[in-house]
Amino acid sequence: MPEESVLLDVEALPRLVGELRERGYTVIGPTVRDGAIMLAELESAADLPYGWGVETEAGRYRLRRRADNAAFAHSAGPQSVKDILHPPRARLWSADRATGSVTAGPDEPPRYAILGARPCDLAALGVLDRVFTGGAHTEPIYTARRDGAFIVAVECTEPGATCFCTSMGGGPDARDGYDLAMTELAGEHDDRFLIRAGSPAGAEVLAALPTRPAGTEVIGEARAAVARAAGAMTRSMPDEPLPDLLAAARESPHWTDVAARCLTCGNCTMVCPTCFCTTTEDVTDLTGEHAERWRRWDSCFDLDFSYLHGGSVRTSGESRYRQWISHKLGTWHDQFGSSGCVGCGRCIAWCPAGIDITAEAAALSAWRASEEEPC
Amino acid sequence: MTSAMPTLAVWKFASCDGCQLSLLDCEDELLAVAGRVRVAHFLEASRAVLPGPYDVSLVEGSITTPDDAERIRRVREVSRTLVTIGACATAGGIQALRDNADVAEFASVVYAHPEYIATLATSTPIAAHVDVDYELHGCPVDRRQLLEVLGALLIGRKPNIPAHSVCFECKQRHNVCVVVAHGTPCLGPVTRAGCGALCPAVSRGCYGCFGPAETPNYAALESVPGSVFLEVTRRKEQS
Ligand code: SF4
Ligand code: SF4
Ligand code: SF4
Ligand code: SF4
Repeated sequence: MPEESVLLDVEALPRLVGELRERGYTVIGPTVRDGAIMLAELESAADLPYGWGVETEAGRYRLRRRADNAAFAHSAGPQSVKDILHPPRARLWSADRATGSVTAGPDEPPRYAILGARPCDLAALGVLDRVFTGGAHTEPIYTARRDGAFIVAVECTEPGATCFCTSMGGGPDARDGYDLAMTELAGEHDDRFLIRAGSPAGAEVLAALPTRPAGTEVIGEARAAVARAAGAMTRSMPDEPLPDLLAAARESPHWTDVAARCLTCGNCTMVCPTCFCTTTEDVTDLTGEHAERWRRWDSCFDLDFSYLHGGSVRTSGESRYRQWISHKLGTWHDQFGSSGCVGCGRCIAWCPAGIDITAEAAALSAWRASEEEPC
Repeated sequence: MTSAMPTLAVWKFASCDGCQLSLLDCEDELLAVAGRVRVAHFLEASRAVLPGPYDVSLVEGSITTPDDAERIRRVREVSRTLVTIGACATAGGIQALRDNADVAEFASVVYAHPEYIATLATSTPIAAHVDVDYELHGCPVDRRQLLEVLGALLIGRKPNIPAHSVCFECKQRHNVCVVVAHGTPCLGPVTRAGCGALCPAVSRGCYGCFGPAETPNYAALESVPGSVFLEVTRRKEQS
């Protein structure tokens, strides 16, 4: 329904947070914590990281002060919308011996408003929707949280050095999947947002905000800033069908090369906004009267992840890295009809070893080209 | 029916007692099971000793003397399930530094009469001497993990003691990675989970007190170009 964009002054951001809170949402947004932009509950818009930017590179992330007072001019931190809607730990059921009762399902799902979701987060939500709600059996925890969520996206005007969303078919512009979308126009003298609604719920909130009409000039300015961001991305995936590449590269010697560098630490899967795998754990208290089953994030870099009767199937670093990247870029298409990678660059920045999925894909592509060279 | 009550014994070998203190620190939780488990042997808590066999034995400390090498066999014989607790019992502890040095020389420096000292040339983990059912790592052990194992053994289920890296817990706790965001060396990627990523939670690098994770790639730590891990290697070489 993309509606007409209107202007919202930065002074009105507290109103936005307030309106969302009044509607019963727990508002989650970016804040500064321990030297990074981290998601946390916003009591008010004052908690936003005004004036903070970030510098990212493979295996490196640093906050830096900006010349302006922009609140959303930072690229993706270690967390994503996944952390909120598909939490690291969730209780599946609990049971009491005394009463013989079993309580299934999680508690009443919280209603989250996520302020500052990036366009790659929207793309990731699309992926997670297909994973969790697309099949015959919908996953209840994500689905309940997702149904109750209100998404305020902020378009990117400054991509991080690790971003490559355009090459994954996305872009720094918010296309769909949002209730409200904003573009921040932060300058030395002004700080304004162009804001538009993407859903009836979004339109209702927008109507309650003190907006004013936006001239064609400012709309053009915002579009140009987002387009510049798209053009400023330095990383990209090889320009070829990636599922074919990964399938052809199954026996590539390059896996040994990457395994020598990979710590099998699992950070890439946990920061990835689409990695969804989990395992379950049973917990009992010491009296044995109370039992619970919990679900927690798991990772294909965990040895237990591929444990079948008698042992783990993927024991080498080679096989685990190959599994991860092959699923992300290749077999995800067969399974869910799209790429599992949205080009957010999180796995590049937050890999302690600085392993870069675009560089690994490029190396596989170069190997394949050399294999196919007629000799 | 007191005879059906499972018995717990706690044994000490070469160690600092820190892990036993972690157990004492679980006082509140243990009181909840006072009627269900009998603490039959726990000298740090009580002088009263009941005869074995014991259902669960927790063993702290490493083997550093000929006497202890014998004693651990007797402990194993009277224990249905034997769980080693802490870095000393699972890996030999800080006292295993002697393994690559001259223990006679150490003894001559430390003791006025080294001739009275009967010690082995090595400090070895319990598993090097007897079969061990479960190992709890850490210096000291994590009280949450200790309670998890006791709870699991009491009810007869498999304890959750994952062997993956500290990074798993670090991310799930929403810590900011100290390597990536601060440039602080951290051994988390090669260290076994269990502590809940305690050190990174207070913005410090993990120094590896839980020992190696399931498949540690040390070479990757050292070969990361321009990485802070080079600092770890450099310090290791200097020392
Ligand atoms: S690619 Fe990087 S983040 Fe992923 S497991 Fe390997 S070292 Fe860890
Ligand atoms: S694979 Fe890496 S770049 Fe792609 S979506 Fe996941 S974290 Fe982002
Ligand atoms: S701080 Fe250490 S333990 Fe945590 S993710 Fe980074 S490398 Fe892993
Ligand atoms: S973070 Fe590392 S050093 Fe710190 S308690 Fe955990 S395992 Fe030990």
